[in-house]
Amino acid sequence: MKRAFPILAVLTAILLSYALYEALMVAPTERTMGDVQRIFYYHVPSAWTAFLLFFTNLVASVVYLIRRNPVADAVAVVTAEVGVVFCTVVLVTGPIWARPVWGIWWTWDVRLTSTLVLWLIYVSYLILRRFSDSAQTPVLAAALAVFGALDVPLVYFSIWFFRTQHPQPVIGGGGSIDPRMLRVLMINWLAFSCFAFLICWSRYRLERLRREVEEAQALESLLGSGDVSTKATVPPNRSRQ
Amino acid sequence: MNSLWSITLATLTKDIRLEWRSKDALNSMLFFSLLVVVIFSFSFDPLAEESRHIVGGLIWVAFLFAAVVALNQTWARELRNQVLDAYRVSPAPPNALFLAKALGNFIFVSVLEALMTPLFVVFYNLRVLGPSWQLLPIVILGTWALVVNGTFFAAMSLRTRSREIMLPLLLFPISIPAVLGMVSGTTAILTGETSARFWIVLLLTYDVVFTTACLALFGLVLHAE
Repeated sequence: MKRAFPILAVLTAILLSYALYEALMVAPTERTMGDVQRIFYYHVPSAWTAFLLFFTNLVASVVYLIRRNPVADAVAVVTAEVGVVFCTVVLVTGPIWARPVWGIWWTWDVRLTSTLVLWLIYVSYLILRRFSDSAQTPVLAAALAVFGALDVPLVYFSIWFFRTQHPQPVIGGGGSIDPRMLRVLMINWLAFSCFAFLICWSRYRLERLRREVEEAQALESLLGSGDVSTKATVPPNRSRQ
Repeated sequence: MNSLWSITLATLTKDIRLEWRSKDALNSMLFFSLLVVVIFSFSFDPLAEESRHIVGGLIWVAFLFAAVVALNQTWARELRNQVLDAYRVSPAPPNALFLAKALGNFIFVSVLEALMTPLFVVFYNLRVLGPSWQLLPIVILGTWALVVNGTFFAAMSLRTRSREIMLPLLLFPISIPAVLGMVSGTTAILTGETSARFWIVLLLTYDVVFTTACLALFGLVLHAE
């Protein structure tokens, strides 16, 4: 398994550079929007990857609530963190594209608002994990993930209704896509998914190591506190052994 | 089922009696929302026509912040003398405790709303143009939406460092659709321009979904050790 990691890393690097080349050089220029449309090849794959990661987080959280499996909890931490990063990329690239095309940075559109709320929920998830460092953290975090998943459809429908009552500044959605653009999009999505998987993998190994170290430290302090009297007489250079 | 309700009722009466004697939560909530009303009303100072459009947002923001004050105190008093630990080892169903706390908070926040709404009417010269009876379901469902998740997340944030800050950070993102429902529903009724029916249905759905979720998961959170 450990040997597969550098191989995947190299493959991902090659795939990402190829996807970059395809997006900037090969993909046809959009007729009305021009070159600014090329941000689409980063925006949409990031969004799909982020949603995939959040979905994995939900599945891992539910598995943790049922089975209490520490692996599921580690997967949940990792996917939430990496998902927030990809979701941030979506929320940053969106306005960069929207400003020249729509003439506005932001609008309270269904998809924009739902993504923002999803991001807010997962940031609060990470804050909860950060502020609570006890053994119950995984249960609390998993419960919050379930709440977040229940919330997203309600957000979607409420904004959808909210917006249909108001004049829409944006005429988006629908339309067809050039097959060449679709191909570049898919290559980019593949590259981004590999990249996300790679980061998750490395973060997962880090998380497992962190827990092993924590357990070892806890065990050491437990054993160490038992014989305080002998510890005091041991010279400092030997106490580490 | 019978024991669930009797324990709920016992805990609820205990909480109400405690609150009646100390009036800690209610006084701090009332003063807090009074401050919000005053600050909002001189920072905006709108005409009657404009105020109909903005007061739905202001009133619910004031209640939301004030509710957080009460919600933060919900579990704090059970930590003293290890009451919560005693509850955890007792055979009483965890949901009875949760329902009692949520109902208690619902009563406190409703009292606050009953006392503060006249002030909003006075400060903003409000006159309702839509069907005003629809405000009642919005207030009841909206308050329950805030309180049910608030009670749950307050129990959750008990286990964290700096728990008073934690509660709004957890509660507000999840409450966004409910807050949107309350604000838009209230504005729809005040202005009389659109129907508030969708928002009432949305709040009802939100309440049903999250009350179920809270009852299903509260045992886990209470016993998380």
